[in-house]
Amino acid sequence: MSAPAMGTTKTAHSDVAPKKKRGPGALATAYLVIYNVVMTAGWLVIAVGLVRAYLARGSYHGLYYSIEKPLKFFQTGALLEVLHCAVGIVPSSVVLTGFQVLSRVFLTWAVTHSVREVQNEDSVLLFVSAWTITEIIRYSFYTFSLLNHLPYLIKWARYTFFLVLYPMGVTGELLTVYAALPYVQKTGLYSVTLPNKYNFSFDYHTFLILTMVSYIPLFPQLYFHMMRQRKKVLCHVEEYKKE
Amino acid sequence: MDTLALEAKATGQEKKCSAPRPRPKPPKKAKRIVYFEVEIVDAKTKEKLLLLDKVEPTSTILDIKALFHKSNPQWYPARQSLRLDPKGKGLKDEDVLQTLPVGTTASFYFFDLGAQIAWGTVFLSECYGPLLIYLMFYFRLPFIYAPKYDFSSSKHWVVHLACMCHSFHYVKRILETLFIHRISHGTMPLRNIFKNCSYYWCFAAWMAYYINHPLYTPPYYGQQQVKTALILFLFCQVGNFSINITLRNLKCPGSKVKKIPHPTKNPFTWIFALVSCPNYTYELGSWMGFTVMTQCLPVAFFTIVGFVLMTVWARGKHRNYRKEFRDYPTLRSPILPFIL
Repeated sequence: MSAPAMGTTKTAHSDVAPKKKRGPGALATAYLVIYNVVMTAGWLVIAVGLVRAYLARGSYHGLYYSIEKPLKFFQTGALLEVLHCAVGIVPSSVVLTGFQVLSRVFLTWAVTHSVREVQNEDSVLLFVSAWTITEIIRYSFYTFSLLNHLPYLIKWARYTFFLVLYPMGVTGELLTVYAALPYVQKTGLYSVTLPNKYNFSFDYHTFLILTMVSYIPLFPQLYFHMMRQRKKVLCHVEEYKKE
Repeated sequence: MDTLALEAKATGQEKKCSAPRPRPKPPKKAKRIVYFEVEIVDAKTKEKLLLLDKVEPTSTILDIKALFHKSNPQWYPARQSLRLDPKGKGLKDEDVLQTLPVGTTASFYFFDLGAQIAWGTVFLSECYGPLLIYLMFYFRLPFIYAPKYDFSSSKHWVVHLACMCHSFHYVKRILETLFIHRISHGTMPLRNIFKNCSYYWCFAAWMAYYINHPLYTPPYYGQQQVKTALILFLFCQVGNFSINITLRNLKCPGSKVKKIPHPTKNPFTWIFALVSCPNYTYELGSWMGFTVMTQCLPVAFFTIVGFVLMTVWARGKHRNYRKEFRDYPTLRSPILPFIL
């Protein structure tokens, strides 16, 4: 999904009601600041790469190839965030973070990279741009939060941009998976048929369809959760400002 | 040992088996009974739900729950959790009011556990499902495989054996649930039945689909593999049954007193020397046997997932044993001897 971990406990806690949680030590904080700075920079590279490629070519098509490598590198690097939660230096749920990062990694590698024919689709540009803007804001949000100097603009952007970016990203992702379906069925990509030694079968084509179907219950839940977080975070700050 | 000692032992055991609820002592002539006042407060909203006065000091939590149920019929006793502290553990039904650390005005926090269902119902649904579902695939009912295979029979001997083993396992579990198991909690949350049944039923369907498939490939090492796996499976089934019998014999009917299980004359229970929850160990062994017997990857997945779940449960039980009994044997591991 395009905007992961927006309404995580970390941000809600640091903005709304600071609970007495054992936060990361000095070393962990330094590491996290470096991590988030590097990720912000990485996604900026991708953003700049997209803009430059668009200006050079003059069209929206085929921009994926210009940022393929940094996209794979930095999106896969986000797996570290699951480790951060597991170790405890970030107070988010391992399961939730894991799920969100894995869905991104799945789209990057198991769909876009694996099915070459979809790489030219405009839907790829749609979700890549959504991800890029979201991640730049999200990682800079984390960086500033860790340094206790969070500009209101960044906080506002993080809790507002998702209103457009999240549906945009989800649309791009769904269209890409849909476009990949015929090629997967034709080539039997990642599929195992009977009979075989281990008495097991897996149809990637059906799996992709089920993945698309799973968006129906999941997307509204995550979207409305983020809207609730938005109300909590931004309205509380406004009240605080009025006082 | 002499007869006197034997007698003392016998009466001692009798005493242990009798109902744990203390008989209310008749008040001495000079003393008056101090009645308690009980206040029940909602744990979340802190609103006062009920005030009971003139409560017998020897009433149990269960009696109070029954009184609460009378005034709030939607909350039957099994659904109520009464606590001394809103964030604490629920008090046990058999706790007596005057033994609790409360003054003569007791305040209990009420927590709604949600709709409850008897554990027996859940266990039976969990087991009947896989039993029937597997048989549906075994007999190749229509709409599962290609129409030409409807109601056909597999030509592999191991497929019939697998059906017998799988069915035997679940029949054994059903009988154990009906006649052997003694569970301390009477009920569990309603949503458990959906969660548990989905788990067992979906996995059963998944395994049964491949084992009874017309294109099923029998094990690589043939008869030898199947025979060895069958021996392991049966051994572990007998083991699991022995453990369940031993655990049943530990508890007297209606008693909630916990005891440490020990190895008995039955060789299958000697594993108690090394493991706290050998019923899970044997269960793992059975499913490993079944996996090797059928050489089916979905069965392996089921075994692995089951192993993870059982390890979590075993570790929890092991921790409870160690907390409750100071002299708990230190050699024991939760589920795998010396390892886990």
